Amino acid sequence: MLPALRFLTCGSVDDGKSTLIGRLLHDTGSVPEDQLEQLAADSRRVGTRGEQADYALLVDGLAAEREQGITIDVAYRYFQTPRRRFVVADTPGHEQYTRNMVTGASNSDVAVILIDARKGLLTQTRRHSYLVSLLGIRDVIVAVNKMDLVGFDPAVFAAIGADFGVLAQRLGLARVTLIPVVAVDGDNVATRSDRMPWYDGPALLEALESVQVEPAAAAGPFRLPVQYVNRPDASFRGYAGRIASGHIAVGDPVLVLPGGQRSRVARIVHASGDLARAECGASTQLVLADHVDVARGDVLVAADAPPDIADQFEATLVWMHADPLLRGRSYLIKLGTQLASATISPIRYRVDVHSFEHLAADRLELNEIGVVELELDRPVVFEAYDANPTLGGFLVIDRLTNATVGAGLIRFALRRAHNLHWQSLEIDRAQRAVAKRQRACVIWLTGLSGAGKSTIANLLEKRLFTLGKHTYLLDGDNVRHGLNKDLGFTAEDRVENIRRVAEVSRLMADAGLIVIVSFISPYRAERRMARELMAPGEFVEVFVDTPLAVAESRDVMGLYAKARRGELRNFTGIDAPYEEPESPELRIDGAAEGAEAAADRILQYLEAGAYLR
Amino acid sequence: MKTQALRQALDLHRFDAAFGGARRDEERSRAKERVLSFRNAQHRWDPRNQRPELWHAWNARKRSGETLRVFPLSNWTELDVWEYIAREQLAVVPLYFAAPRPVVERDGMLIMVDDGRLPLLAGEQPAQRRVRFRTLGCYPLTGAVESAAANVADIIAELRSSRWSERQGRVIDRDGGASMEMKKQEGYF
Repeated sequence: MLPALRFLTCGSVDDGKSTLIGRLLHDTGSVPEDQLEQLAADSRRVGTRGEQADYALLVDGLAAEREQGITIDVAYRYFQTPRRRFVVADTPGHEQYTRNMVTGASNSDVAVILIDARKGLLTQTRRHSYLVSLLGIRDVIVAVNKMDLVGFDPAVFAAIGADFGVLAQRLGLARVTLIPVVAVDGDNVATRSDRMPWYDGPALLEALESVQVEPAAAAGPFRLPVQYVNRPDASFRGYAGRIASGHIAVGDPVLVLPGGQRSRVARIVHASGDLARAECGASTQLVLADHVDVARGDVLVAADAPPDIADQFEATLVWMHADPLLRGRSYLIKLGTQLASATISPIRYRVDVHSFEHLAADRLELNEIGVVELELDRPVVFEAYDANPTLGGFLVIDRLTNATVGAGLIRFALRRAHNLHWQSLEIDRAQRAVAKRQRACVIWLTGLSGAGKSTIANLLEKRLFTLGKHTYLLDGDNVRHGLNKDLGFTAEDRVENIRRVAEVSRLMADAGLIVIVSFISPYRAERRMARELMAPGEFVEVFVDTPLAVAESRDVMGLYAKARRGELRNFTGIDAPYEEPESPELRIDGAAEGAEAAADRILQYLEAGAYLR
Repeated sequence: MKTQALRQALDLHRFDAAFGGARRDEERSRAKERVLSFRNAQHRWDPRNQRPELWHAWNARKRSGETLRVFPLSNWTELDVWEYIAREQLAVVPLYFAAPRPVVERDGMLIMVDDGRLPLLAGEQPAQRRVRFRTLGCYPLTGAVESAAANVADIIAELRSSRWSERQGRVIDRDGGASMEMKKQEGYF
């Protein structure tokens, strides 16, 4: 097989990008006859070129794309010449598909940027060029298209070249090739045009065939993110993965990070037999000389040039989901084969992709790009994206839907823990809760005596504790033995009882805790007061709805019996009222639903509401 | 048939993922396919709302109820497959190699008639032609192509000079250029 060059094409909506690719495919003989027949039929139906073939229809794969005449999603196309194989990422030009362009760019060695000769550099051109530079593409070919519509004027071409030169310098795009083309007619696409004799450079295809791409990673130090520990039996232990940079040979010393154990490569084992050496990009399997502990997510690295390990980063984020990135929210990030929990805070700034200005932001919407600080729940092995995209580029994953919601590029590690200004930060409840990897809240269980509140509350707290959450359980009986021992059971005392409990719960929530309150709390007004002390969403009212007869039949402490005998006054349900919640967050059927199931359901509610991160 | 059988098998065994050999070069809606392709609980593909796949980073975490179609050969071409078969000396189903076979020509396709399942239309008379199959689908929807390529080396040579796409024999792709896209939305591989 010939080596493959991966390139993406980007341009504004009507710059003729799909036409250019269609033309490349056609002129390299890569379009099969039956697809040409289909093209002729499609061209007559929805084409924009009258009776002529509309080459854009060759590449717009989705029905909606052909009908609307736009590219929505990245499409990959394949063709080859006697010199090279090519993989083309055809990416959409619209700003609302920025994420698709970033995806295409992340998988490309070279970018072909189209500019309409009549229009020159547009804001779209600036955005595309910025994204290309952001994703680390070093070789850019600028195809100045529709030269026929400016009379093949060399002055127009030169002016666009000068404008682009200024932009390229600002963005650090060092290697730029400019080519005047007419994509629809194929001028300077696969072959040189005789309509622009003043241009003596290569046609686009020649430029693509000859560009020398050497990924920085190939020359870098050895890194192998471990995907899989292969242990078919006790006698063999292989560490499999794809080499992210450098190369490895039998006998080379390696470190296992983040643990730091040292060993040597004993064997490089492939299905076809042992190898002496494996190169960057190869999927391989190493056996080490020593028995060291290696797990998926660890990184095997050259012992003399280890990468850094950190748990706080500054990174550029490209947001790829309709639900915005919110500061303070927790996400999963996948970096190489490492999975960690990350909190985004703060968003330092958003980048205006047209002016490159830095703007203040509390959130990033779909297709927006910003620079953020990330705090991870554990240290990860990383490198700056520019040095090594595999250990510097990460996916941001939503915890609930598991969707990929963003892409991140690590700029550098922040060692803020050693930084003095950390001490002077005002610490608020959100920060405390974030440090505990949870969202502070009050879970308020209300219901009759004997309804099952305490049993459920205890089970719930145990489960949260097992998940590593920081909780506190305030139980009616316990509080009445201490804080509220001066209070009785009159209506006034009940109100004061609940007021104090509500205030204490708020203080505990301020400390970042998940507070579980298990109180009869018979009055709506006091429950509302407790709710209003908290921010919206931080008060979860759980109505443990058990019929009086069922609660009374349980009568664990014989209280109902006493109340019935008149020995206990103001007993809720007997001679004092219970006002049922009108719209609790959760209602538990205390008669039919077991305590275990009830605790599970509350837990699910908390998970779904992102209280547990 | 293939769509329903696949859905039933996935539902019965509650598989999380099904691997397939689909490639992006086969057909233009497949060119938009992801390597990890998520389907909802009804096995539907939503081409407008696919997960971005960046670098060599994979997010295989699924939402509850979702299943995955996994296409590790996405970036291979038909020629790559045959070059790989040649390099690894893999055994291949004989239908891929040219041989004299009884076929009828219908709607511009060569349909093999080697048992009683295909009702012949008026005027159709099976004839021996030297044909092979570039793609094998459900009977009788895959058409044969005339070919003299009797071994892997012949096939590689044939592909290097071929001007026809691999799926030319697939009836399933007909009826409008978006046919495959619709099949995929219904749960087809």
